[in-house]
Amino acid sequence: MVRLTREPIDYHALTESVRDPHCGAVALFLGTVRDLTGEQVTVFLDYDAYGPMAEKKLAEIEADVRRRWPVGNVALIHRLGRLAVGEVSVAVAVSTPHRAEAFNALRHAVDTLKELVPIWKKENAPDGSGEWVHQSVGAGCRGASLGPGPKDGQS
Amino acid sequence: MNVNVLLFAAARDLAGSDVVTVRLTPGSTVGELRARLARDCPPLAELLAKSAVAVNHDFADDSRSLSPNDEIAIIPPVSGG
Repeated sequence: MVRLTREPIDYHALTESVRDPHCGAVALFLGTVRDLTGEQVTVFLDYDAYGPMAEKKLAEIEADVRRRWPVGNVALIHRLGRLAVGEVSVAVAVSTPHRAEAFNALRHAVDTLKELVPIWKKENAPDGSGEWVHQSVGAGCRGASLGPGPKDGQS
Repeated sequence: MNVNVLLFAAARDLAGSDVVTVRLTPGSTVGELRARLARDCPPLAELLAKSAVAVNHDFADDSRSLSPNDEIAIIPPVSGG
């Protein structure tokens, strides 16, 4: 299941939706709005997307994860519009028979989402100024230990 | 032929519009579209050089030929998540 939404993400329901009797592991990733990027204070983010292409790329990630791991279920949902600090912008959940597969599949899904899906965030500062984030690698994770490859990213 | 090019995020802000129409000779490629767009809309040039181009919801390289009915979009470096 993949979805773009302008409503708050119900990540409890999302997690329940991937549970499967054949799967002993469920892994969930939440991306949340952070208040500081380096020295820059953020009061809210605006998320914009190229909707049809974003949904297509999310579906491709789901298919890729299903091809590469013995996934019971996988769900990716990204929120759009204005989000305050602390709100959930993205949620990815996956179930697999064993935990190692769940961690690996989840990480791959999140890293690929951040690399390929046409969604953009604008950081809005307390003084009313705002700036689109357009770094080519690790755009959402400045200050985190993003490496050169998708497998090294983290949020 | 005229093609409409969809713009998002900073590209939209720089151009002041969410779509621009670009006049191309028939059979033009994505690379030729990039050059034409940079000439027609100079504020976009710098970001355009860092951006991908999507044709019909897939990333397209510069050698891809364009048709009038293609859905074309400029994809600045993404920052979802």
